[in-house]
Amino acid sequence: MIRVENLEKYYGDIHALKGIDFEIDDGEIVGFLGANGAGKSTTLKIMTGFLAPSAGNVFIDDLNIQDHSLDIREQIGYLPEMNPLYGEMRVYDYLEFTSQIRGLDAGEFKTALDRVVGQCGLRDVIHLPISACSKGYKQRVGLSAAILHDPKVLIFDEPVSGLDPNQIVEIRNLIRELGQQKMVIISSHILQEIEATVDRIVIIDHGEIVANGTSQELMAGFMGRTQLTLDVKYANEESLAALTNSVDEIEVANIEAVNGRSVLSIEYAREEDPREAIFDYAKNSGWAILEMTQNQVHLEDVFRGLTGEGGRDE
Amino acid sequence: MNNVMAIYRKEVGAYFKSPMAYIFLVFFALFNGYFFSNTFFLFGQSDMRALFNITPMIYLIFVPAVTMGVLAREKSAGTNELMATLPIKNFELVIGKYLSAFTLVLAGLGFTLIHFFSLLAVGTNIDYGGVICGYLGLALVGAFYAAIGTFTSSLTDNQVVAFILAAVFVLGFYLLDKLLIFVPAALAGPIQFMAVDYHLSNMSRGVVDSRNLVYFGSLIWLFLVLTVRVIDMRKWR
Repeated sequence: MIRVENLEKYYGDIHALKGIDFEIDDGEIVGFLGANGAGKSTTLKIMTGFLAPSAGNVFIDDLNIQDHSLDIREQIGYLPEMNPLYGEMRVYDYLEFTSQIRGLDAGEFKTALDRVVGQCGLRDVIHLPISACSKGYKQRVGLSAAILHDPKVLIFDEPVSGLDPNQIVEIRNLIRELGQQKMVIISSHILQEIEATVDRIVIIDHGEIVANGTSQELMAGFMGRTQLTLDVKYANEESLAALTNSVDEIEVANIEAVNGRSVLSIEYAREEDPREAIFDYAKNSGWAILEMTQNQVHLEDVFRGLTGEGGRDE
Repeated sequence: MNNVMAIYRKEVGAYFKSPMAYIFLVFFALFNGYFFSNTFFLFGQSDMRALFNITPMIYLIFVPAVTMGVLAREKSAGTNELMATLPIKNFELVIGKYLSAFTLVLAGLGFTLIHFFSLLAVGTNIDYGGVICGYLGLALVGAFYAAIGTFTSSLTDNQVVAFILAAVFVLGFYLLDKLLIFVPAALAGPIQFMAVDYHLSNMSRGVVDSRNLVYFGSLIWLFLVLTVRVIDMRKWR
């Protein structure tokens, strides 16, 4: 299990992390979501030992990053945000170099190479210089180096950034496959990507965690009541006024007259579903229903609500 | 040690996959050859002192050029993040990088052996001990300058800045004993001892004193330790 405890980081006077706490269990894929400059990458850089925290600690089982940085680095596979690679090396040479640093012997390297070449689809470029590979292949090279030693923890900072839709699906499937046995942390500012890939989402804003849960939990927590929009014709004032008392558990929040129609905003508890009762009432009152839409809350709404906006620059 | 060797092999491979290494080596060989051949045939002496006088001056540019990218390039390309998150100790990284740069310096020095073979072909009464000591001296000066260059390369992500800093440092150590007339007599001894030329000239004459070895060994160690400290400090920024 990974435990991040009260992580703080100052860059000079800038308080980049203000006490980050979260845990990740084995076999769990956690998405780290936040606007640019929110503190995602800083948190990941501390977890991988690249930066030292100003306060707090990161634990992987009984090891902590302050005292056992080298041991923790052995257990982590990391794909940094910009995917830096040695362009002059051939893909094979780079993976061989990584295996040597990871302490794999020649036999283990061969087995690991076969595995990652298959998983990441590197067969066509294995003998090419990295600089000659496309962006998608470079991303796969970075991924394959991160998983070469079969680490317990995988940390991917913006793993699908710049990839085309097909490549995104491939990488997403690979991450899901890896996440069945390992602890995986993915950082991204692409909400759809996080939603599609992870088991749990941690939203960070201005160096603080503002939400932590599954996407359903976050959406439920963000919006306590369901909203329904009802667009009807031929509704008189009496029947509109009687709706609240006629259907249990609903509240008519707003009625708007639009070109002879009435557009109603109705709210009710998330666990209720009064749509059938509303339909029956409308039918019995002689209304013509033009549209009935139960408004969905999207992760984007949650994100914007929690972070105040869609994003900001660093 | 495995990590040092892995980094060393990677770095040496990177040097020789880049045209820059060959350009440096060719220029180093050409400059040495030009200046050595001029005086060699002019004086008609069977010794290589001319080479041992010229090479340290060419080193002033050659070694900083070789070392300028050693760590600065990693930082500018972002690959220092890869290195820092792999299970590598900082001293292993520095030693591997330093040895690879020193290997290129030795390769350059290897080119000058052609002059020794010329001497064997046309010279008489060759002082082999002097030649070997002279080469040992040049190798040690190269090792010392490479340590300085590795250190300055750790201070910045700009290779040009690393080059200039290294050139200033090595020029300082090279010129120290030329400045003795400007310093009080009490300081002349210690300053002279810090000068590269003072130790190299002993070795060029075929004398290897333990003080020379201690001088080069301790300064190489100092600059490599400083390099490790600079890299240690990066994670606290």
